[in-house]
Amino acid sequence: MSDELTRMTAARIAAAVAAGEVSAVEVASAHLARIDDVDGKVRAFLHVARDSALAAARQVDQHRAAGDPLGPLAGVPLALKDVFTTLDMPTTCGSRILAGWQPPYDATITRRLREAGVVILGKTNMDEFAMGSSTENSAFGASRNPWGLDLVPGGSSGGSSAAVASYEAALGIGTDTGGSIRQPAAVCGLVGTKPTYGGSSRYGVIAFASSLDTPGPLARTVLDAALLHEVMSGHDPCDSTSVDAPVPPVVAAARQADVAGLRVGVVAELSGEGYESGVLSRFAEAVELLESLGAKITEVSCPHFSYGLPAYYLIAPSEASSNLARFDAMRYGLRTGDDGTRSAEEVMALTRAAGFGPEVKRRIMLGTYALSSGYYDAYYGKAQQVRTLIRRDFDAAFEQVDVLVSPSTPTTAFRLGERVDDPMSMYLADLCTIPSDLAQNAAISVPCGLAPENGLPVGLQVMAPVLADDRLYRVAAAVEAALEQRWGQPLLAHAHGLDAEPPGGSWPAGAGPGA
Amino acid sequence: MSETMPAVSFDEALRRYEPVIGLETHVELGTTTKMFCGCPTVFGAEPNSAVCPVCLGLPGSLPVANRTAIEYTIRIGLALNCTIATWCRFARKNYFYPDMPKDFQISQYDEPLCTDGWLDVAVGERTFRVGIERVHLEEDTGKSLHVGGATGRIHGADYSLVDYNRAGIPLVEVVTKPVDGTGELAPVVARAYVTELRDLLRSLGVSDVRMEEGSLRCDVNTSLAPRGSGTWGTRTETKNVNSLRSVERSVRSEIERQAAVLDAGGRVVQETRHFHEDSGTTTAGRSKEEAQDYRYFPEPDLVPIAPPADWVAELRAALPELPAARWARLQAEWGLPEADMTALRNAGALDLVAGTVAAGASPEQARKWWLGELARRANESGTELAALPVTPAQVARVSELVSTGKLNDKLARQVLDGVLAGEGSPDEIVMARGLAVVSDDSALAVAVDDAIAASPEVADKIRAGKVAAAGALVGAVMKATRGQADAARARELILGRLGAGGS
Amino acid sequence: MPITREEVAHLAALARLALTDAELDLYAGQLDVIISNVARVQEVAADGIPPMTHAADLANVYREDVIIPPLGTEVALDQAPAAEQERFKVPRILAEE
Repeated sequence: MSDELTRMTAARIAAAVAAGEVSAVEVASAHLARIDDVDGKVRAFLHVARDSALAAARQVDQHRAAGDPLGPLAGVPLALKDVFTTLDMPTTCGSRILAGWQPPYDATITRRLREAGVVILGKTNMDEFAMGSSTENSAFGASRNPWGLDLVPGGSSGGSSAAVASYEAALGIGTDTGGSIRQPAAVCGLVGTKPTYGGSSRYGVIAFASSLDTPGPLARTVLDAALLHEVMSGHDPCDSTSVDAPVPPVVAAARQADVAGLRVGVVAELSGEGYESGVLSRFAEAVELLESLGAKITEVSCPHFSYGLPAYYLIAPSEASSNLARFDAMRYGLRTGDDGTRSAEEVMALTRAAGFGPEVKRRIMLGTYALSSGYYDAYYGKAQQVRTLIRRDFDAAFEQVDVLVSPSTPTTAFRLGERVDDPMSMYLADLCTIPSDLAQNAAISVPCGLAPENGLPVGLQVMAPVLADDRLYRVAAAVEAALEQRWGQPLLAHAHGLDAEPPGGSWPAGAGPGA
Repeated sequence: MSETMPAVSFDEALRRYEPVIGLETHVELGTTTKMFCGCPTVFGAEPNSAVCPVCLGLPGSLPVANRTAIEYTIRIGLALNCTIATWCRFARKNYFYPDMPKDFQISQYDEPLCTDGWLDVAVGERTFRVGIERVHLEEDTGKSLHVGGATGRIHGADYSLVDYNRAGIPLVEVVTKPVDGTGELAPVVARAYVTELRDLLRSLGVSDVRMEEGSLRCDVNTSLAPRGSGTWGTRTETKNVNSLRSVERSVRSEIERQAAVLDAGGRVVQETRHFHEDSGTTTAGRSKEEAQDYRYFPEPDLVPIAPPADWVAELRAALPELPAARWARLQAEWGLPEADMTALRNAGALDLVAGTVAAGASPEQARKWWLGELARRANESGTELAALPVTPAQVARVSELVSTGKLNDKLARQVLDGVLAGEGSPDEIVMARGLAVVSDDSALAVAVDDAIAASPEVADKIRAGKVAAAGALVGAVMKATRGQADAARARELILGRLGAGGS
Repeated sequence: MPITREEVAHLAALARLALTDAELDLYAGQLDVIISNVARVQEVAADGIPPMTHAADLANVYREDVIIPPLGTEVALDQAPAAEQERFKVPRILAEE
C-alpha cells in the first residue's frame, strides 16, 4: 500500500483523498517512510518536517471530515526547495552563511501551498543560492540522481527533482533563473516548468537574480505540473514584478493535450556542436511525433540566442552581487571572527569569505566587476541590450509560430565531479534554457525518451510567449500521452539507480546537514 | 595641516575670495508607513519594534513602493518648479554599512523623479533664485548607538547597537545647483534657503520638518575661488548640519577655514567634513580606505515610475498656497512692515500669527504677543515657538481681554503663564487666579486714599497743579493692588481727590 | 586586457570578501577566462538598442499608505547573532557613513 501511494500521481492522490479512499495522513506517512528508505542515498532533503507535514495532513483530513471543499492538491505531499522562506522550518538556501536560519515569515508560495492543503514534507537541497547546475555547490553536499547515484540530479533545484524522481514526494517546487527547474527536470526524467516571469510570486524566495528568478513546478506528469502551476501562481501584491493578470488556463490545456494545427518552430541555433547525439536524435523524434500529431513544423532562426549565455553570466552575477550583500553577519545568519577587537568591516569580510562557497564568491566577484565604475556600460549595459535582442528574436519567432521547441539541455545527466573544476563547462548546461529566462517568457521541459548511448533521460523544451503558459501544457501533454502509449509505461519506470549503493556512502535517513 | 592654519576673519576672507555654496537636504516624509513596507513611521518608539522582513532586509523580502510617498515627492517637485519625469526608475546604491539592512540603498541615480527647478529666497531686500538640480526619493537607514569610547561617538567605540525603526522611512533629497554671486551673504542665503524650503515643505503637509528630530538634515557644500578669477574652487561637503543656525555657521566657518588654507598657499581637499555644534567649526571626516564605487544599477525588484500626466496635473492644481505667495498676501493684508514680516518668518511665527488674526486679534497685537512675550518664553525653554502649549485662539483671546480693558499687559502675561502651565483657557485662568483688572471705584478708592496719605508732599505738588506728579501715586496704587488696578481709572480718582485736572 | 591580481583584490574589498592569496590567484585566472568569454555581448549590442531591465509595460506598481503590523522587537531580534538593549549588537564600525 505504502509503495503504491508513493507511486501515485498528484492528481490521483488528491482525488483519492477527496473521495476518502485514503487519508492525507496515510499519504504523508507513506512518503515520509519512503524518505526514510531512500533519502540516505538520494540526499534530496536538507530538512524533513515530519511533524508539521503530518499536522498539515491531519488538517486536510479534518476538513474533509467536516465536509469543507478541498483544493485540487489537498493532501498531496510536496518537496520545497530550500530557497523559499518557511516559518516552521529552517531556510538555508544551501549555504553555510544561513545554516539554521529560522525565517519569521512564510514566502507567498509557501503560504499558498499551506492554504491549498498541500503537505510540505520538507526543504530540499540546492546549489548554494541557486547558483549551479548539479547541486554540487550546496554547502551540505550534492544530491544524487535516481537514474544513477553517480550522476548529478541537475541544479540548482536538484534536491526537488531528485525527491520527485525518487518517489519521495509527488510534487516538487523549484526556481528557475537560468534553467534551474527545466535542466534538473530534464536530467531526472521529470516535467518542469518555468512560468512567465512574474506569473509566480518571488516574495519569500531568497533572491539570486531578481529580474530572472521564477518559481515553478516539478512533477512526474504534465497534468500534475499544471495543477501545481495553478495553485502556486497568481498575482501577489507583495511582489512589485508580479503580473496582475489571471493565471493562464494551464490545467485545461494539460487535459486538452492537443497540438492539431499548432505551429511549432524548431530553433535552429539550439542544436549542433556540443549537443550529445542521443539528445539530438530523441529531440528529432519528438519533433516528428508532434508533426504526426498534427502540428505544423517550421525551422525558426533566433540569431541572438547564442549571446544568451554571456549576457546571462553578466546579468545574473551582477544582480546576485547586490542581492547577496545583505549576508553581512549583522542581523542574522553566520558571524565569524567577532573576537571583540575586530571591526564590523572585518567581521563582515571574514564571515562572507567563510560562509559563501567558491561558486558564490566567483559570481559575486564577477558581478561586482561588471557593475563597477568604468565597466558598467561595457558589460552590464551591453548584456541588458542583448536581452532586448533576444526578446526581439522571440517576438519575431512568435509571429510565425505558436511555440518554439529545442532540447532542454545539450547533454544528459553528467557525473558528479565531472565539471566542478571548470566553471565554463558547467555553465553550458543552461545553454538552451537561458534565452527564456532573459526574455521572461514561459518554457517547460518534458521527457522525450532515453539517450541510446547511456539510457539517460532527454528533455524536450517547449517555449511559449509571455503569459501563454497554457500552450506549454498542450504540447507537453500531447507528447507525454503519445510517448507513454508507445512505451507502455512512464519513462520514469526505467530509473533503477536507487538499486545501487551510492559512491561515498549514505546520509543517515532524513537527517542531512542543516536538518 | 588645514586644521592648524592661522585664522582668517570672515570679512577678510570675503575680500579675497568668492564663495559658491550648494545644499543637499534630506527630508523624511510624513507618510503613515515606510517607503517600501507597511511598517509605521514612528519617532521614539521601542527599538526595532517597527520593523518587518522588508525593512530588516531579510532574505526573500521584496519592496513595494508607497504611493503616497511618490505623490509627496511629485508635490515637492511641483512646488519647486521642477519638471516631473514621465518615466524613471529606482536604482540600487551598493555599499556595506551595518545600519543599512540590505547593504544597498534603494535610491534614484540618473533618473530622478523631479529635475531642474528653483526656489526664490529673500534675504533683506534682495531675492536670490536658488536653482534646484534634482529632487529624488530614497529610503532612510537605521540608527546606531555607539557604546564605549567618548560620548557616543563612532570613533573609539567598543561596539555599536543598531535600531532599524528608521530604516526604510521615505527620504526625499533636494539638491540645489551651485549658488554663486552671494558674496558675504553666502551663509545667510544658505540659511534662508533651508528656512524657505522648510516652510514650503510644511505648507505642503508632506513632512513635519523637525530638524531637531532629524526629519530634515542638511549637507552643505562650500568652495572658494579668488575674486574675479571666474573659476570655482574645490568644494568640501559638510555633513551633520542639523539646525538653521548651524547651516549659517557651517558655511561661515568653512569660508574662514578654506581662506586660511588658500592664503597659506595650500589646496582645499575635496572631502567630507563634520560640523560641531559646540565649537561652530568643521573637522575632516575620516577618509575611506577605498574610493567609493556605488555600482548603481536599476532596481530590478521595483518597476518604473511613470506618473500619468493627468495625475501630475491634478497634483499641480491641488497645491496649496506656497509660502512666498502667502507671505506677499499676508503682508498686504496685515500692513506690517517688511522687517516685522521677516522677523515673523525667521521665528517660524507666520502661521501662528495668521491663526491668531483669524481668531480675531489685530495683526499688530498678534505680532506683538508672538514675537515678544511668547518668543521669550520659547527661547527660555529652548523650544520652537510652535511647540509652546498655547494656541493662536488662546493668544487671540488674551489680546481681546487686553483691548477691552479686562486685562492689562502685566495681567495678560500672568494669564499666559497659566496657559503655558496647563491651567486651562485664558478665561478659566482669569477666574481661577482672580486676575481681572480692578476698576471698581470703592475698591480702588481705598488704595488711592492710602497712596495720598503715604505721600503728602506728592499730593501737595498735584494740588499745586503739577499733574504729571500723579504718576508716582498711580504707581503706588498699582503696587498696592498687585497690578490689578485699571491704571487710567486710578489716575482719574487721584486727580479728582486732589482737585486737580478736569474732574 | 587580462584581469590582474590587484584588480581582483580591489573587487574583493568592494564585495567585502576576505579572500586568501590562493583564492585571489584562483579567481584572477577564472575571472579572466569568464570575462573574456562574456565580453562577446559587445559584438552585437550596438548603440541605440534599449536595455531590457524590466518586464515590458510594467510601471506604477504601488501599495497604499496603510500600516501592516510589524514583527515586533522580540521576533525581529530572535535570529540576531548578538543583541543588547533591544538592538542588534554589531562590532565597532570603522568608517563613517
